[in-house]
Amino acid sequence: MSCDFTRTALHGYVDGELDASRSAEFERHLEACRECAKALETEESLRSGLQRNGLYERAPVGLRKKIRMELDAATAAPVAPRIPAWRWVALAASILLVASISWYAWPRGGTLGTQNPASPPFTAAELIDAHIRSLQPGHLTDVASTDQHTVKPWFNGKLDFAPPVKDFADDGFSLIGGRLDVLGGRNVAVLVYARRKHFINVFVLPTKEPDTPIHPPGLRQGYQWLHWRRQGMEYCAVSDVSVADLHELAQLIYQ
Amino acid sequence: MSGFDQGRGSDVLDVHERARFEQLVLPHLDAAFNLARWILRSREDSEDVTQEAMLRAYRFFRGFHGGDARAWLLQIVRNTCYTWLEKNRPVELMTEFDEELHPQPSVSPEALAIAGDNRERLGRALETLPPRFREVLVLRELEGCSYKEIATITAIPIGTVMSALARARQRLQRALTQPPVQEANREL
Repeated sequence: MSCDFTRTALHGYVDGELDASRSAEFERHLEACRECAKALETEESLRSGLQRNGLYERAPVGLRKKIRMELDAATAAPVAPRIPAWRWVALAASILLVASISWYAWPRGGTLGTQNPASPPFTAAELIDAHIRSLQPGHLTDVASTDQHTVKPWFNGKLDFAPPVKDFADDGFSLIGGRLDVLGGRNVAVLVYARRKHFINVFVLPTKEPDTPIHPPGLRQGYQWLHWRRQGMEYCAVSDVSVADLHELAQLIYQ
Repeated sequence: MSGFDQGRGSDVLDVHERARFEQLVLPHLDAAFNLARWILRSREDSEDVTQEAMLRAYRFFRGFHGGDARAWLLQIVRNTCYTWLEKNRPVELMTEFDEELHPQPSVSPEALAIAGDNRERLGRALETLPPRFREVLVLRELEGCSYKEIATITAIPIGTVMSALARARQRLQRALTQPPVQEANREL
């Protein structure tokens, strides 16, 4: 390595870190210097080898979940007022009172949910995780078919409910298949639609709650979702398409 | 140390800060894991260290006043990795950061292209480099960081990033074009 340029400019040039005049100077030099031309070729071949061979290792899905749980544990609850000791006694007494009244007054056999009846029985984080997981190679569909009469029976015997399956290819949302997934600890059906080059996951699971309209969209990590209930089914549509597009599909399914 | 104020590990964060962290920092989890994976050369250890680094970043989050969240996080990940190495595998840190740019045995681009197109060989060659060479290559070639970002993350002066990369690339070429047998001996 005798050429000074190889030491001082070649790597900056390869990395696009030279300013315009220095870069032009190096290019002029390249025409005359075989050593630099060869070194450049070597560096570029090494770089493309590093970039093309899938050396980038992504975090395992479980890790994201673990970290979220730890973050939650390290986060203060929204309200934590200081309460004097004697109030605790009063509070405990009133809780006991309310509890004993509820014990008698509460209808038996009902679900003991503390969740808001308008929200789905899983968290937004779980929903988005499931969506992202599905976008990894080979995870999108268990049954790949554009035929609703193939996708619907595929779920038979795999779930204890029959999700409604419809193709909306004429409206620009083509059904491309279905799969099983787990959300909030429950098995759910997922219908996968394609909108141009984007995918939309529609998660479906049974519910005993009454119908709701399509709720306002939620947004997390760049993905949107819409949630609604209709005829004993809970629906959540998730995608990176525009809200307008997502809403259009939601309405088609809702009808 | 150049770069960002990591702040003091302070009080518990609230739900708004949690949401901001989720939005700004958590999307760089893959970058964090990839860097740890290549510094530590083990997926398993990287999971633990990445998790620890994320939690540390969360505690320092009040000290992050906007800017390049990825570089800020990667700086913490790198520090956590080295602390872990000092404790668990101190021998790996003994290799000197070779300042000399050796005269290069001529490597033909064709031979390199063949060796460099084999993921196994490439990965192994990369792993034979000392961690400080490995990290600049990973940050530049896999993560696409600029010299400025590399300087921030690795705490080396920006003026020496280019020569660090030049040396790292030369070492990688040598590791790649050595016959596999010799390479195996060197590891012993």
